[in-house]
Amino acid sequence: MTVDSYAFLPRAFRPMYEAAPRFDHAPEWAEFDMPLADARIGLLSSAGVFLADEQQPFDVERERREPTWGDPTLRIIPNDVVQSQVDATHLHINTADLLTDLDVALPIQRLDELVNRGEVGSASPEHFSVMGFQQDGAEVWRTTTGPEIAARCHAVDIDALILAPA
Amino acid sequence: MPVLARVIEAAGIPTVTVTMMPELAEKYRTSRILGVEFPFGHSFGVVGDADMQTRTLRAALDLLATATEPETRVDLDTVWPGDPKQAYKDWQPSEPSPIVTHNLEAIRRARREAASRD
Repeated sequence: MTVDSYAFLPRAFRPMYEAAPRFDHAPEWAEFDMPLADARIGLLSSAGVFLADEQQPFDVERERREPTWGDPTLRIIPNDVVQSQVDATHLHINTADLLTDLDVALPIQRLDELVNRGEVGSASPEHFSVMGFQQDGAEVWRTTTGPEIAARCHAVDIDALILAPA
Repeated sequence: MPVLARVIEAAGIPTVTVTMMPELAEKYRTSRILGVEFPFGHSFGVVGDADMQTRTLRAALDLLATATEPETRVDLDTVWPGDPKQAYKDWQPSEPSPIVTHNLEAIRRARREAASRD
């Protein structure tokens, strides 16, 4: 099947995305040249997940005051996280389901199962969480948050990262 | 998210983007795109459905292992179960986001100004 990019999008938003131009920058490409069974895989979600007792929520109060701003900062989610540690702040999606089952947005348990079956070499000891509404904050993602994630990927020997925009 | 994908990929880390809007990811010239026709906030599937979540994750990993050139797009052949109208309602927040409210106010203001000029 061909995925309809607008199937679940409010109709009023569709013209804006359809009118978005195709970028003329060259695509980035890093070769993945190893067996999956040897690879360490990390996960990144933009669903606004954070650890309830250890991390600051994403700053939605400032977003309420400044609607074109979204909190561009990063939260690290350990691979051994349990559901009861998980909270989320996101003003653009209903987070109820991921607060019941984190794997709908950040499939840490499913990844562990594939590791246990030998299909994947290992799960990263840490995964990454951001809050996906970015307008004025997108430049901070490019200059600060993105490089920070890349550096941490290198630090924990991640071979590839699965990104899941919420 | 395409911004992050580009920065991370440029740093030498291969990425796969699992997205409800693969058309937009293509416009950003994202390296590897797995399109999913799922409600927002549910990139990997239905709450509590481990099999569906595994199928999605496995498809992302298959794409990682098989793509040989940038801008490779694969669409997941999985239909969201249940009533799509209900799913459309359920993923949305209980109140409009600040930017939606902000933009609606701007539109209404423009209409009022246009009407007052007529």
